[in-house]
Amino acid sequence: MADQNNSAIRARDITVAFQGVKILDKLDLDVTRGEVMGFVGPSGAGKSVLLRTIVGLNKRLSGSIEVLGQDLDKLNYRQRRGIEERWGVLFQSGALFSSLTVAQNIEVPLFEHTNLPLDVIEEICALKIGLVGLPREAASKYPMELSGGMRKRAGLARALALDPEIVFLDEPTAGLDPIGAAAFDELLRSLQGSLGLTVFMVTHDLDSLHAVCDRIAVLGDKHVIVTGSMAEMLEQEHPWIRDYFHGPRGRAARRPENA
Amino acid sequence: MTSAAREGWLERIEAPDSLTLNLGGRWDMRCAQRYEKELRHLKPAGTQALRVDFAAIESLDTAGAWLIIRLAQRLRAEGIDVAFDNLHAAQADILERLTKINSHVEIEPPRPNALVAIVALVGKSAIDIGLEVMEGVAFLGLTVVSLARAVVRPKLFRVPAIFYHMEQAGLNAIPIIALIAFLIGLVIAYQGAVQLRQFGAEIFVVDMVAVSVLRELAILLTAIVVAGRSGSAFTAQIGAMKINEEVDAMRTIGLDPMQVLVVPRLIALMIVLPLLGFVADVMGLIGGGVMAMIELGISPSQYIDRLSQSFAPWSLGTGLLKAPVFAAIIALTSCYMGMKVTGSSENLGKLTTRSVVHAIFAVIVVDAMFSVFFAYIGI
Repeated sequence: MADQNNSAIRARDITVAFQGVKILDKLDLDVTRGEVMGFVGPSGAGKSVLLRTIVGLNKRLSGSIEVLGQDLDKLNYRQRRGIEERWGVLFQSGALFSSLTVAQNIEVPLFEHTNLPLDVIEEICALKIGLVGLPREAASKYPMELSGGMRKRAGLARALALDPEIVFLDEPTAGLDPIGAAAFDELLRSLQGSLGLTVFMVTHDLDSLHAVCDRIAVLGDKHVIVTGSMAEMLEQEHPWIRDYFHGPRGRAARRPENA
Repeated sequence: MTSAAREGWLERIEAPDSLTLNLGGRWDMRCAQRYEKELRHLKPAGTQALRVDFAAIESLDTAGAWLIIRLAQRLRAEGIDVAFDNLHAAQADILERLTKINSHVEIEPPRPNALVAIVALVGKSAIDIGLEVMEGVAFLGLTVVSLARAVVRPKLFRVPAIFYHMEQAGLNAIPIIALIAFLIGLVIAYQGAVQLRQFGAEIFVVDMVAVSVLRELAILLTAIVVAGRSGSAFTAQIGAMKINEEVDAMRTIGLDPMQVLVVPRLIALMIVLPLLGFVADVMGLIGGGVMAMIELGISPSQYIDRLSQSFAPWSLGTGLLKAPVFAAIIALTSCYMGMKVTGSSENLGKLTTRSVVHAIFAVIVVDAMFSVFFAYIGI
C-alpha cells in the first residue's frame, strides 16, 4: 500500500448505484503523488462516475475516499474548501461558463479562493492562457466562439488556475484531431513535469496512454481489475485487456516505440 | 515532496552591496498571497543588488514563481541587478516558461464608447426587427407550403404525432383551463352583481357574464394559458433538438423538419384550442351561475332560462372563430423560435421566453383587430 504521505488519492470500498443498478461495487484505488494515472475500461464501466464520485459530485452508498491524506467525509466546510483549492477538474466538454469570457472563466477560482490583488490575478490568468498554449486573442472570447480543442485548453487553464496538486481530466483528448491530441499530451506531460502534478485521467486514447501515463488502471466488472505500467498491461491475460491493448489500434499506438 | 513540507517563508539578509532574499518551504499560491504585498513594494536601498536564493525551496508553483519574476522584472526596469542563486533544474524550467509568456491579455472584448454603443444598439435592433419579420414571413410561407404538400399527399400527415400533441396541449390542459374559466366567471358575476344591484338590474348579470365570457375572456385566457404551457414547450422541444443536431440529422435522412416538427404541432393546436375554448366557455358560465345563485339568489333554472333568452349565437361564434387563429399564431411563433435556436442552451432559454412573450402579444393584438372587425360587420 502506498505510504500515507505519498498517497494522492486513496479510495476504499466504493459502491455507487444509480436507480438500484450498481455501477461501482466495492472498488479500491490508490493514486500516488506525482504520477499520471490513466483510466481505461469499456464504455459504461463507470470511469467518469468514479471521477465524479471522488470529487464529490455523485453520492456513494459506501466506502471512504482520502484525497491528499484527508478523509473527504470528515472535513468541515473550511477544510473542504481547502481541498477544493488543491484539485482542478477538466470536464469532458470543458464546462466553461458560457456567459464569461475565457479569461474571466480562469479568474473565477482565483477570485473565489485567493485574496490576490486584481493586477496579479490578471497576470496569472494570462500566464495560464500561455501555459496551455492558447493564443492571447482567445482570452477575451466567449466559449461559444472557440473550437472544441481550444475549449478544452481553456478548461484545463481554469482547472490549473490555483496551481492544484491533483488534476482530474475526463477524456481530455476526445474530439481533438490527432495533432491537437498529441500537442495536448505533450503539454500535459511538460506541465506535469515542471509543476509536479498528480494527474487522474479518464481516456480512451491509446496514444495518450502511451505518451503520458505512468500507470494505467483498468475498470471493469464494477471495480479496478488491474493497475500497472503499459508494459504490464501488455502481458495481462484478461480477455478485455488483451483485446484493448493488442487490438489493431493498440498495436498502431505502440509502433513508434518499437521502431 | 511530502505533505510535511513546510509553509513557504522568506528571509531578508542585508549586506552593504546586496540584499539577499532567502526563500524556502512550499513557495506556492498560499505563500504568494501572504508575501504579495511585501514583494510588491520591496526595493533594495541605494546601490544594492538583489540576490534571490532558491536553495531552501521545497516546491515552486506558477503563482509563487510569478511573484519572483514580477519582482525581478520591476527592479530590472529600474536598473537594479537581480540574480537568482541555487536554482534547481525544475525551478529554472518554470521560471523560463513563465518569463516567455506575455503576461497581459484582454479580459473582455473591447467596449465601444457609450454613445456609439447606443446608436449601434438602436440601429441593430431596428435591423433585427426587420429581419425577424422577414424570417417570420418566410417561415409562414414554408409552413403553408408544407401544409399544402401534406394536403395533396395525405400520407405525409403524421397522425400519431398530431394525436400526441393534442393530448399534451389539449387534454392535459383541461383542468387548469377549466379552473381558470370557472374562477373568471365567478369574479365577473360578483363584480357585476355589486354594480347592477344599485339599479335593481340584477338579472342582467347573466347577460353580462354570457357576453364577456363567451366573446372575449374564455378564449383569450385559454390562448394565454396555452401559449405559456404549450408554446414554451414547443420552443424548448424543437430548440433542444436543434442544439442536439437532431434537426440536421432529419434533413440528411430526408425528413423535412417542417413536416415532422411544425405541421403536426400546428394542426394539433388548431384542433385543440377551439375545444379548450368551448370548455372554458362552459366553465365560465357555470362559474357565473354559481355566483349568481350565492350572491343574487338566482336559481339555476332561472339562470338557464335567462341565458337561453339572451343567448346570441354569435357571442359563442365570435369567440370560437378566433380560436384557430390564435392557435396558429401560438404554434407558428413557438415553432419559429424553436427553429431559430443555435448553439448554446443559454440561447434556448432566451428564445423560449421570447416565444411566450411574442405569442401572447400577438394574440392580444389580433384579438383587438377581431373586435374592431366584428363591430364593423355588426355581429
